[in-house]
Amino acid sequence: MLALDQVGKTYPNGVNALERFSASIKPGEIIAVIGGSGCGKSTLLRAIAGLDRASRGTITLDGDIITAPHPKIGIIFQEPRLLPWLSVADNVAFGLDGLSKQERTARVTEALKRVGLADKAGVWPRELSGGQAQRVAIARALVPRPEVLLLDEPFSALDAFTRRDLQDHLLDLWADSRPTLILVTHDVDEAVVLADRIVVMRPRPGRLFEEIPVFLSRPRDRASALFEDLKRRVLTSLDQSLDRAVPDRQDKPVSGEAMWW
Amino acid sequence: MTAVEMTLAPAPSIDLPTQPRSRARHLRSLLLGLVLPVGLGAAWELAVHLGWSDGRLVPPPSVIFATLWELARTGELWTHTQATVLRVAAGFALGVVAGTLVGAIAGYSSLSRRVLDPTLQALRSIPSIAWVPLFILWFGIFEASKVALIAVGVFFPVYLGVMGAILSVDRKIVEVGRAFRLSGPALVRRILLPAVLPSYIVSLRSGLGLGWMFVVAAELLGASEGLGYLLMDGQQLGKPAQIVAAIVAFAIIGKTTDWLIEVATAPLLRWQDAYGQQAGEA
Ligand SMILES: Nc1ncnc2c1ncn2[C@@H]1O[C@H](COP(=O)(O)OP(=O)(O)O)[C@@H](O)[C@H]1O
Ligand SMILES: [Mg+2]
Repeated sequence: MLALDQVGKTYPNGVNALERFSASIKPGEIIAVIGGSGCGKSTLLRAIAGLDRASRGTITLDGDIITAPHPKIGIIFQEPRLLPWLSVADNVAFGLDGLSKQERTARVTEALKRVGLADKAGVWPRELSGGQAQRVAIARALVPRPEVLLLDEPFSALDAFTRRDLQDHLLDLWADSRPTLILVTHDVDEAVVLADRIVVMRPRPGRLFEEIPVFLSRPRDRASALFEDLKRRVLTSLDQSLDRAVPDRQDKPVSGEAMWW
Repeated sequence: MTAVEMTLAPAPSIDLPTQPRSRARHLRSLLLGLVLPVGLGAAWELAVHLGWSDGRLVPPPSVIFATLWELARTGELWTHTQATVLRVAAGFALGVVAGTLVGAIAGYSSLSRRVLDPTLQALRSIPSIAWVPLFILWFGIFEASKVALIAVGVFFPVYLGVMGAILSVDRKIVEVGRAFRLSGPALVRRILLPAVLPSYIVSLRSGLGLGWMFVVAAELLGASEGLGYLLMDGQQLGKPAQIVAAIVAFAIIGKTTDWLIEVATAPLLRWQDAYGQQAGEA
């Protein structure tokens, strides 16, 4: 159980990036965090990852207070951030220090197979496409078997087609060991397709605006009416979070990634 | 994995299939680079041969090679080359060790950078030959002062290279190390060192280049052996062929040592984008 209690962050330059954020997240739950740019989503994720310390409040995972990177928490960034001097396989093995060589090789091979890159084990990262590189990053984050996986806009630099592919892939991998996923995104489609719960945030200071539960069964049909309804609901919430006049969305078709951000 | 990616993906990009072709290209570009010097040399040789010039001040290649051969035969070339190479080796070693240490300290800690860097930058702007009189007073007229001068020449590019490389390590990649909870030494070994390696090697090569420059200066200013001494001796005795022979020897050894660094470090840099190769082929 991941618990955030009144978490706040003020950067040294005085920017109050996050204010009184509380949530409790069950093991295996998939949370999508969505909100306008600058509303503290990355700040929140980095605090959970232990990369930055919260200024106020506490974050606990199964009772451990998080102040530094924790072995049970993994993170995937917007960019793959592979180490260019390591082969793909060595990149995936990067976080597997404590294990025997045999176990390590086995896990890496398995993970690369799971992300469909078994044939790329020996190549350098520079030889991968953007989508492939991000899949390697996903494999790298997953091989230590984290209980919580944080993803900060992991697919936003990819084209729409690759993005969908990776969303499906992520769900697939998640089903293997069911870690908790916290996914920051600004793609409403992505949030609705993946999440059990969508957390909408609002800016200045960044804080929680609304939580929208998603009661759709998986796999989700992106074309279903329920799906469209939920998307509309999220978009409306986003508009409200930014204090915008809410356009009447009832009769207009929703056009995928909206213009709201 | 999508069908599209599978079919569009290039065949596993192992280097093997492309190698023969790139080797042929390499050879061609090598030959292309030889056209000018060989052509000029041949033209000059011909001009002297035909009596258009007596070739006394600018000896033709045949005379230069004869001189080199003569120097090699008597063992003089070897003595002088050895003296010079040993000086450069000692100065280079000292300069690299000092430059790496100080550069690493200045790169790693911003406090020591703010303390050290201004002074070092000021020292760097001193034309290095200006040190010679002082070094002679301090270290005497023999080897120590020459080695010190070379070490100074090597120090600065290495220092700047190491410090700059550390400062420009991608913060995002360091963060990956932090996210995987690497300890300080592990972070240095697994992230910082490989990340700075390419620019470190570049700085070693430019340091070595300066080392060769400074050894000439040191030897011109007074030495009883060394390739620089051969230069000076050639001037005093009016033997231009000996001067050019020494210059050729410098060029060959300088290029060879640079090439040695390049070859020795190439396996460490295979992961880099092969920009240089592509540019060479273009
Ligand atoms: N390292 C930092 N130092 C100072 N201010 C920061 C830093 N990182 C983010 N901020 C500020 O904090 C606010 C929230 O940023 P961020 O969490 O990155 O937002 P988001 O990811 O939702 O776009 C922004 O106003 C941003 O300018
Ligand atoms: Mg962000």
